[in-house]
Amino acid sequence: MIARVPWGLLVFVAALFVPAVGSRYHTFVAGDVVIWALFATSLNLLVGYTGLVSFGHAAYFGVGAYATGILMKKLGAPFLLAWPAAGALAGACALVFGFFCVRLTRIYFAMLTLAFAQIVWAICFKWNEVTGGEQGMPEIPYPDFGWVERWGARVPLLGGWRTSEYYYFVTLVLVAASLFALHRIVGSPFGRILTSIRENAERAEFIGVNVRRYELAAFVLAGAFAGLAGGLFGIFNRGVFPDFAYWTKSSEVLIMTLLGGMGSFYGPSIGALVLILLNQQIVSYTEYWPLVLGTVLVVLLFGFPGGIAGAVGALAGRLFRRLRSA
Amino acid sequence: MLEVRDLAKIFDGFLAVAGVSFDVPSGSIGAIIGPNGAGKTTLFNLITGHLRPDRGRVVLNGRDVTGLAPHDLCRLGLGRSFQRTNIFPRLTVFENVQTAFLSHGGRGWNLLTRVERLYRDETLGLLQSIGLADRAHEVAGFLSHGGQKQLELGLALALEPKILLLDEPTAGMSAAETRDSIRLIERLARERGLTLLFTEHDMEVVFSIAERITVLHQGRVIAAGAPDEVRRDPGVRRVYLGERH
Repeated sequence: MIARVPWGLLVFVAALFVPAVGSRYHTFVAGDVVIWALFATSLNLLVGYTGLVSFGHAAYFGVGAYATGILMKKLGAPFLLAWPAAGALAGACALVFGFFCVRLTRIYFAMLTLAFAQIVWAICFKWNEVTGGEQGMPEIPYPDFGWVERWGARVPLLGGWRTSEYYYFVTLVLVAASLFALHRIVGSPFGRILTSIRENAERAEFIGVNVRRYELAAFVLAGAFAGLAGGLFGIFNRGVFPDFAYWTKSSEVLIMTLLGGMGSFYGPSIGALVLILLNQQIVSYTEYWPLVLGTVLVVLLFGFPGGIAGAVGALAGRLFRRLRSA
Repeated sequence: MLEVRDLAKIFDGFLAVAGVSFDVPSGSIGAIIGPNGAGKTTLFNLITGHLRPDRGRVVLNGRDVTGLAPHDLCRLGLGRSFQRTNIFPRLTVFENVQTAFLSHGGRGWNLLTRVERLYRDETLGLLQSIGLADRAHEVAGFLSHGGQKQLELGLALALEPKILLLDEPTAGMSAAETRDSIRLIERLARERGLTLLFTEHDMEVVFSIAERITVLHQGRVIAAGAPDEVRRDPGVRRVYLGERH
């Protein structure tokens, strides 16, 4: 009953109204949440579905951000080309790195993903001619919305928004499309095979699954979607900086995934929402944000290993049963 | 069907399997017995590609398959069940078997179709024949030990193997469960024309269904033949049966 409500669609429609109802600040926070939701969900394809814990997922986010940034700022490429390129390039990186990573298991796998991510970060940090080095690349242009303005004059509601708000709408639609694609993937036979690897890799091998090859495919897909999120974020952030690929970003996205719940598809999105809102709120009260975050995580990991989504799901199930029996 | 020639494996200088040879003819039911530590499971792992032999060959249907990866051996018609139960614990019983069908049918690289309806009839049919149809939607990890063993057999059968290797199929079962499960295995083997090779420590089970028995002791074959011959073999009585009788 609760599962039949099209939650994804409802949230999407509600999010469309943010610029109309809220302030510029609200739109900014919503854009941030939407992009991180895609980033965290892409990581969950590895962590939650395939059972591979990556400590270096920010590498692909960073590659995507730089790809879009360089293409649009230095080469003047249109967004329609630069954004898919972010996914393709990040996916290609994930293919090369993943080739080595899937040969290791558990902590060794995690450490190697971290090592590759630090290499990516170091390249971004030092390669001044291409990436702008330490200073990064400020002033990434927005996509060209001139055509929307021209059309918008004739269609009600379409015209008259700020560029940043147009970009918010574009982000929302593209993230929704990406999440839809990811949702299809985890519900497909391929997604089932990934789940069987998470459950029991040895047994999966002996129902004829080439475990490494599937793990590599999951790694590439996760990297590509992280790259798409990065591509959106660079423009949203009005600049691309080396810390996009730094390990703290990797841990941040991993925390979101755990916080929201890696056992459910929308868990990581919820994690992104909660973590960003908490961050915004708590920072204005106290400078000890990491302390608060740490406490929240400890409580969550011990009390609700299924994350927020798991806890809410269990609660809803209990309420539902009680209502039915009453 | 299956020929094993001079297979050997050394672990840190310890000769776990020391040059074992035997044949499993097509359509036969063979058993490998031996006391604990005789090398039965290691031998199985060598045949099924989990371990790489230091010497010797494994030939399946006339093809040398020594050292092939397990997922490749699966495609060549070699199915296996494990001594420890080995299933996908957090998937349902239905999903467990369905996944095996998906993999076997080569549908694993399909990223677009919904998975729920695929191989539905085949899965339900197989669950029926292994006696788990009424538990299809239970989470596999919550089944009884015997139930999980049955499910594991289902996973192996979904791959339509020509030869099935069962490593202690009744380990940890009660007497009643053992009897049922052996009857089930025998029936399925006959129905599907399977070649069967199993290890077992329950002698009653072995002598009731095996047509050919190979006795392993300290990594070597000390006797092989029909159940009666093996039972009479003085060497076997001394090192193995003698421990119990």
